[in-house]
Amino acid sequence: MNPTPRATPSSTLPAALPATLHAARLGLARGWIEFKQSLTNPQEIGFTLVTSVSIVVVLYFQRDATLPGTDMPLAAASLPSILGLIVAFNGLVGAVGALAVEREDGTLLRAKALPQGMVGYLVGRVVSLSLGAVISLLIVLVAGLFMVPQVSGAGLGGWLTVAWVTALGLVATLPLGAVIGSLARSPQGAAGLSMLTVGALTAVSGIFYPISALAGWLQGIAHVFPLYWLGLGMRSALLPDAAAAVEIGGSWRPVETVVVLVAWAVAGLLLAPPILRRMARRESGSAVQARRDRALQRIG
Amino acid sequence: MSAMSELDGRVHPLDTATAIEVDDLRMSYGQAQVLRGVGFTVAPGEVVALLGPNGAGKSTTIEILEGFRIPSAGRVRVMGEEPAAAGERWRARIGVVLQSWRDHGRWRVRRLLEHLGAYYAPYSTPGRRRPFDADELIDAVGLTGHGGQRVNRLSGGQRRRLDVAIGIVGRPEVLFLDEPTAGFDPQARRDFHDLVHRLSDLDDTTILLTTHDLDEAEKLADRILILSGGRIVADGSPDRLSREFSRDAQVRWSRDGEHFVHATEDATGFVRGLFAQYGDGIGDLEVRRATLEDTYMAIVKKEEG
Repeated sequence: MNPTPRATPSSTLPAALPATLHAARLGLARGWIEFKQSLTNPQEIGFTLVTSVSIVVVLYFQRDATLPGTDMPLAAASLPSILGLIVAFNGLVGAVGALAVEREDGTLLRAKALPQGMVGYLVGRVVSLSLGAVISLLIVLVAGLFMVPQVSGAGLGGWLTVAWVTALGLVATLPLGAVIGSLARSPQGAAGLSMLTVGALTAVSGIFYPISALAGWLQGIAHVFPLYWLGLGMRSALLPDAAAAVEIGGSWRPVETVVVLVAWAVAGLLLAPPILRRMARRESGSAVQARRDRALQRIG
Repeated sequence: MSAMSELDGRVHPLDTATAIEVDDLRMSYGQAQVLRGVGFTVAPGEVVALLGPNGAGKSTTIEILEGFRIPSAGRVRVMGEEPAAAGERWRARIGVVLQSWRDHGRWRVRRLLEHLGAYYAPYSTPGRRRPFDADELIDAVGLTGHGGQRVNRLSGGQRRRLDVAIGIVGRPEVLFLDEPTAGFDPQARRDFHDLVHRLSDLDDTTILLTTHDLDEAEKLADRILILSGGRIVADGSPDRLSREFSRDAQVRWSRDGEHFVHATEDATGFVRGLFAQYGDGIGDLEVRRATLEDTYMAIVKKEEG
């Protein structure tokens, strides 16, 4: 694939090609370019490596513990749950960070100054963040296969489930992250708030230990948000059916998983365009300048 | 060979009589009124400089014209359309260079220009091919040899040149420049002036720019608007403004080792008299009309005082 379409003179473009599709195609190229850039960025590489290594360390210390009431290693349950967490983290925190930073540095305003530029920008962001999420998943998955060989027993159906849970999880979290990022006053605030939210949800969503061990009202909270369902979906994909016994209701509850994730996706997709448009409409050179001045004050 | 070889055939794409039309434009933020009835027009192909003290509303005016801000009241038309409501086809005919950009730091110069330029391709017409070729543009703004460089490794002045290149990559019919030469060294400034002349002469681009450099305004602009206290307080060619606000010229000369200064409305007549009286005794003759800077200071002081 050639990610940078050379500027084509219009005579070679079909007259009927809608400009929006053209911009969406540019967005795909843009996402690919920015994804490759993130691969050579020491900061982002470092972040991915540190989180991946710490996850592997957690799995290593869990190797002798078993899931309560079964002879299944606790790590075998943690790995899929962590995959769910990675999807939610990349979708939500990634989108929040990107929107908040790119609003401040003028990237959004640049997109606004181009014909159909917002279409290209948003498609590009979805592509680059999704590719980033998939890479993080793969790193942890490959490391996990060595430490938790049970997982490699998942059949084709299991891996397909991983794929759709990932896709649905990204659609459920990316628009939500974009909304939060566009409402935040500063990138630092946005990053802090979203990390705190994901952290708190991780604690109650049965990622590192079974949710059934928690108080009922905490379970209730976890059920509202996508994270618990992402973990559950991943466990249903990679663990033997017998492991469902420790889940709430003794079932993987695939229907409920789809319903909750789709509900978040629909809510996000309905909310995001008007809120993004509203934010984009308020963007102007002097607004960017004012935020830049505030940022400098924070440093100084 | 010209870096802008695309710019050969003269084109007259504007069907409207005026490129920019502003009438009784008002803008307030809460209680503060920034613009209190701004009005002016810009003809197609004209280069107009918008001057004024800090906080006079220059950026606000330009942002309204770019469609990035919705005015409180008044009528604004850019190429016949209301900027805040105009669609993507209109957007493709507009070029924007804002005061500060820090975006796309990880991109490489040529790739970024190619990518951003590609958005304009569907809006290309036989009379006006869009976008400009990235390499020609890189040469035109004086970034030759930096095409492969990462944007965040450019110096401040180089970054600004790139901003200008991005602003014109879609070959705009109307170009807005907000303090385009801030941070330019003298060579970069001269390159930029050449570029503006080429865009305006060869491509009939209508240009509205703000600047604090009065010398630059005088060199570039066909017409100067001075914005002060939320209103246009002067509108005319640099020459006309100077004559209107200050007729006096200063005449300096020396005679027998002594230096003299005299202010007069009729410098030519005065000098003729000097020579008639002293002939070869006159040396170091210098006649200085009021500069645009003198005029500007006089106008702004009068408005503020």
